[in-house]
Amino acid sequence: MPDNTLVRLIDVCKRFNKGSETITIFDRLELSIPAGDFVAVMGPSGSGKTTLLNLLGGIDRADSGEIHIGGIRVDALSESALTRWRGAHVGFIFQFYNLMPMLTAAQNIELPLLTRPGKDRRRHVETALKVVELADRKKHYPREMSGGQQQRVAIARAIVSNPDLLLCDEPTGDLDRATADEILSVLRLLNRDLGKTIVMVTHDAAAARHARRTLHLDKGRFIERDLAA
Amino acid sequence: MASLVLQIFAVTMINLRSIPQRLLLSISTVFAVALVVLVLLGFLAMANGFQRTLTGSGSDDIAIALRGGSRSELNSVVVRNQVNLLAEAPGIARDATGRPLISAELYLVIDAVKRRDQVKANVPLRGISREGAALRKGISLIEGRMFNPGANEIVVGQDVIGEFEGFELNQSITLGTGRWTVVGVFSANGSVFGSELWADAAAVQSLFNRNNVFQTVRAQLESPAALAAFKAYVEADPRLKLEVQSEAAYFADQASRVSDLIRRLGWPLAIAMAFGALAGALNTMYSSVAARACEIATLRAIGFGGIPAFVGTLCESMLLAAVGGAIGAAATFVAFDGLTVSTLGGSFTQVVFSFQLSSTLIVRGVLLALLIGFIGGMFPAWRAARMGIVEGLRG
Repeated sequence: MPDNTLVRLIDVCKRFNKGSETITIFDRLELSIPAGDFVAVMGPSGSGKTTLLNLLGGIDRADSGEIHIGGIRVDALSESALTRWRGAHVGFIFQFYNLMPMLTAAQNIELPLLTRPGKDRRRHVETALKVVELADRKKHYPREMSGGQQQRVAIARAIVSNPDLLLCDEPTGDLDRATADEILSVLRLLNRDLGKTIVMVTHDAAAARHARRTLHLDKGRFIERDLAA
Repeated sequence: MASLVLQIFAVTMINLRSIPQRLLLSISTVFAVALVVLVLLGFLAMANGFQRTLTGSGSDDIAIALRGGSRSELNSVVVRNQVNLLAEAPGIARDATGRPLISAELYLVIDAVKRRDQVKANVPLRGISREGAALRKGISLIEGRMFNPGANEIVVGQDVIGEFEGFELNQSITLGTGRWTVVGVFSANGSVFGSELWADAAAVQSLFNRNNVFQTVRAQLESPAALAAFKAYVEADPRLKLEVQSEAAYFADQASRVSDLIRRLGWPLAIAMAFGALAGALNTMYSSVAARACEIATLRAIGFGGIPAFVGTLCESMLLAAVGGAIGAAATFVAFDGLTVSTLGGSFTQVVFSFQLSSTLIVRGVLLALLIGFIGGMFPAWRAARMGIVEGLRG
């Protein structure tokens, strides 16, 4: 494994049972993503894009194969170890933001910091808010913010614990073009300036152009095409 | 550990703040639990009030003699010869002139009409000697005067006037074969004697054709320790086929029989209702978990463990139950505490007593509420803790 490889999938198989039928999503899938990369994953519906994110984020299990992230074989971790690992190493950004509606922006952003010991939570939250340019909105509830602002809060929540890997599932799928571009700019900034490795699932080719490269998922295999750097 | 506590606190706060999203379901659970606690505490307050009324009536330094095997005054018989023998017993206190402080008493049942519902009920008429009133603590005349020996006069307990019609001061009433006049009203300081009518024992014997027959003998002991000597004397004399016990022990026994019966009715009824409330709590909490599936899954995805999801759900359930318990206790206090009613006592006569809610009873009611909340939250909490993250995120 090269030194700068952050994500590596080896012979990963994933199947789902639908009634009596077994649907194979991945059959001996291989993937390697270097640290600091920004990868867009595209493909038709049902091609397994979200399943791939779930496997990388340790919220779903492969049927076989190995998943190495940051030198840790996450598919071999116990549930509790996997939970701790997620809290420390992965940031999730969802299509519909998944903010807690009864918490303020700052409280939402603080949540991942509660999963591990540490001080200065307030300082980390302030920093994350500045990165997404929402320092003036920290006391606002999600219902008091636009979709773009809510997604910025979700991004701040994802980065507040300084994870190695950001997993974005259609992060602009619920936003208009202009707002989507703003969000994608923030992701590019996180990748370029803070060195975050980003895997972004999207249907939107325009969104994918913000990534360093795009992987097309088709019939359980990746077809790689280099796009804009 | 600190991290776990923070997670639990955060999840609990999220759960509690989301209650308004399930307001009707949550209110129905609170209401059901409150109803259970109201019923339970109602019965327990009744039993408690009854027990306190009776146990508060007894003294350790008063002895009661009843016919052997009699469990209440109503079915006891003590003849005059036995009374005379008891007057000679050791351990009995005497007045300045050397007269023993004993009261041979009759205990009869008369009909009275309840003010509340005009229903007839039994009220005790007690014939006492001139020492009778002094052998009871806390007795004071609050209106009129004491009856005169040999006269058809009665004094009435304050609780009787409150609960029954026709016993006001100077009222003339028919008892047995004669007319009687109410000449006084006494307070019994909350004891069972406040439910009684008192008259001169000789007059009662005469008008009810009970010559030379009594039912109990009350004796003032020199001290509570003198009971043993008094008992030994009675047991040693074959003419005295009587049982002696302290007045406190007698009333404790009388109280426990009725109050135990009330409790035996109250607890099963409350528990049966608790099952209904439990079903409500389960429904509410399963709905809560289902409504928060995405939130729970999101928290799990960002590193929260299953334990905070479990505890948070359980806390929500127990908080709803605790609120229900508190409302139930408050409602019981407002509706029942101090409410004066009457019921049949051990001698098939009405005992007037007040519902008494105590802090111990409130704790029991709230504990039952928390138990409902705990069981009602346990299974949904388990579901929350074990929920698949992927399934939860799909919604």
